[in-house]
Amino acid sequence: MKKIISCLAIIGMLGGCATQIPPEALQFQPDTLANRQLQSRKYDIKSEKELLSASNNVLQDMGFNLDESNMPLGVIVASKNRDATDGGQIAGAILMAALFRVQTSYDKDQKIRASLVTKPAATNNAIQVDVTTKTGKQVKFNQPVEASNGFVVRVTFQRLVWNQRGALTKIEGINDPEIYQEFFDKLSKSIFLQAQNVE
Amino acid sequence: MLNKNFIVRASLLLAVATTSLLTGCQTMKERVLDSSADGQTSVELRSIQTRSFDTTDKPKSMRSTIATLQDLGFVIDKADLDLGSVSATKLSGYALRMTVSVRPGSSGKNMIVRANAQYNNMPVTDPKPYQDFFVSLQKSMFLTANNVD
Repeated sequence: MKKIISCLAIIGMLGGCATQIPPEALQFQPDTLANRQLQSRKYDIKSEKELLSASNNVLQDMGFNLDESNMPLGVIVASKNRDATDGGQIAGAILMAALFRVQTSYDKDQKIRASLVTKPAATNNAIQVDVTTKTGKQVKFNQPVEASNGFVVRVTFQRLVWNQRGALTKIEGINDPEIYQEFFDKLSKSIFLQAQNVE
Repeated sequence: MLNKNFIVRASLLLAVATTSLLTGCQTMKERVLDSSADGQTSVELRSIQTRSFDTTDKPKSMRSTIATLQDLGFVIDKADLDLGSVSATKLSGYALRMTVSVRPGSSGKNMIVRANAQYNNMPVTDPKPYQDFFVSLQKSMFLTANNVD
């Protein structure tokens, strides 16, 4: 009897409110640097404002709507709602319904979010700093030096997917290299066109 | 006799099950005010969430914060230089939302950075995730994060 009660109490506590934040959520991971390189591109452009406006044009080309912007910090946030249906998934759902009379869910809608951030580019010659703190701890790091010209653009995408019943099924970051490659190709063209004053 | 005993046991079992399911949750007032999160006082929580950096450059501190959030897989939601605050969301099977605010310290020689996070629909009150965040942040600030008294 006591065993059952204690078991129920433990299950109750687990099922209550607490789920833990994954330990790696706020730590740098081995793929952090690779992702940074994938999501960033340096442009030799004098004005950060021009770069932001060219970026905004590209996001508009891609059908994004502006959510937030802050020029002094070089931040643009945009999003769009799109269809998320996948032929294979629907075929599977139909098959399941026909064979087993089971209604399975399939993805229907998605919201795609993008944040784009510009910052002054750094030179390749970082200053090597080697200092000792008051507590006697030795600290070594490379202090990057801001380059006189050029800015780095970093864009990140993520998406939220809902099924046909309106329930959220997927929330994830988008890390497909081709998407970033194509985005930066478009941005290069946009900067070029803007420099040529082509509308 | 046996039957009566069984009913008593069954009702006791039911009572324990329901109370244990309910005790994990809070009232609306507590949820709005986050007043009794693990019995933590707001002073404790503030010290967990706050660090001081030896710099007076607010825009640079904020740009470093944004870069760190991007490195950690966040997508920026909002950024405001005047207010000194940045909000960002990380989606990775879970939703982690952070707001980081940057303001000059009273000495005029440092910047105070405060972060708060919510994991899905819960506040993050555990010190470890904040330690991780500030370790990541100081790597891109190139400054040491000091505890604020």
